[in-house]
Amino acid sequence: MKAAAFEYARADSLAEAIKVLCSATEAGQDAQVVAGGQSLLAMMNLRVSSPDLLVDISRIEQLRVVLDESDAIRIGACVTHAAIEDRAMADPSRGLMPMVAGNLAYRAVRTRGTLGGSLALSDPAGDWVTVMQAIGARIGLVGDKGRREVEALGFTTGLYETARAPTEIIESVRIPKLSAAARWGFSKFCRKSGEFAHSIAAVVIDPERDFARIMLGGSGAAPMCLERASQSLLQRAGLQSVERAAEDDLANRDDAHDEFQRSVHGATISSALSQVLS
Amino acid sequence: MQIRLTVNGKPVRADVTPRTSLADFLREALNLTATHLGCEHGICGACTVTLNGQPIRACLTLAVACDGYEVRTLEGLLTDEIMLALRDAFHRHHGLQCGFCTPGMLVSARDLIQRGKAGSDSEIRKGLSGNICRCTGYTDIVRSVRKAAEALSEAGKVRSPSGDVSKVPA
Repeated sequence: MKAAAFEYARADSLAEAIKVLCSATEAGQDAQVVAGGQSLLAMMNLRVSSPDLLVDISRIEQLRVVLDESDAIRIGACVTHAAIEDRAMADPSRGLMPMVAGNLAYRAVRTRGTLGGSLALSDPAGDWVTVMQAIGARIGLVGDKGRREVEALGFTTGLYETARAPTEIIESVRIPKLSAAARWGFSKFCRKSGEFAHSIAAVVIDPERDFARIMLGGSGAAPMCLERASQSLLQRAGLQSVERAAEDDLANRDDAHDEFQRSVHGATISSALSQVLS
Repeated sequence: MQIRLTVNGKPVRADVTPRTSLADFLREALNLTATHLGCEHGICGACTVTLNGQPIRACLTLAVACDGYEVRTLEGLLTDEIMLALRDAFHRHHGLQCGFCTPGMLVSARDLIQRGKAGSDSEIRKGLSGNICRCTGYTDIVRSVRKAAEALSEAGKVRSPSGDVSKVPA
């Protein structure tokens, strides 16, 4: 199908984008921010979403800046998946992010889709939400009341719901630099390559920062942090102990009764863990 | 809304509604019908064109968002060296049947070859996974792309299929 009619405004600066967003929201319009539009425009073509106004932020230079902040790299929200895949910038994640980017959807989607857009949508089956939460990233937001930064971990508050206010824009993502001793694992299960995954497991352990986190995405409203398994991983438990702890973590999930979902979650978790613990 | 862009090397000025996708604009306003529309939600790949040299989904790109940009469709790649090799290989190795997916396949395959990502069948299969074909079973498409990449590599015209960034000989 084709998208329903809407108004379109292209912002040349963050200030302009926020101004347009605020006045439209005040006027009772459903105004949506669009960057690459690779999820939003699909939703609009399917008439699942029909905003009154699109505020295009894809040309704001400031949103494509990448900054080295000594212990972290701050990536502008409008940096594309393809730029991350091509290693067009410093990689704080020691290969995790380029690998994830290169296996996300398809090249012709990755050239337009952005890191910030993916986080703003927070599809539970989107790769970046799970990965940014696993690595301990922080999300920089800017709105009419100024700037704030929130942990990626609590950013997703429900199904397609985030801590971002309707008049806020994701400006950047601050990703801690993994130390040389850090290891990561990533596994996702898709029935068809490039589709949204049924299960995504991301594991990051960085002993120098006393950090270990196992995230599970792909089903449910938001990615889940496997607390017990993460703790067990931090304490240097072996693969089997961590897997057992992960099973405990999963026992109370809404989809625990779903045999297919349980089995693919088990498989992606084991695969991601084995990349870290082998 | 008024837009100015370059399509297949020619400057274009047009008045478009915001909801017009780049694909509809190319087909309806410019009569460039090589760009096909299948699913209209980014899955089938039939509408793949290039924007500023990068492959994109023309169904998931608004025409208004392309103001000032450079668009290239299959019609604009008639004399492109990689496309000539691909066309020859698709012809020889039966890389199409009904032809609906072919424009998108060709644009995607050209990008794979250009980026040195057509070195093996598995690499080509992964690279073309965003382009759906319901006729061929893909075998002949993959073979066609591999043969084109090999032919270009032998002629020293693009990166070797192994992914090495070998210099183009003068």
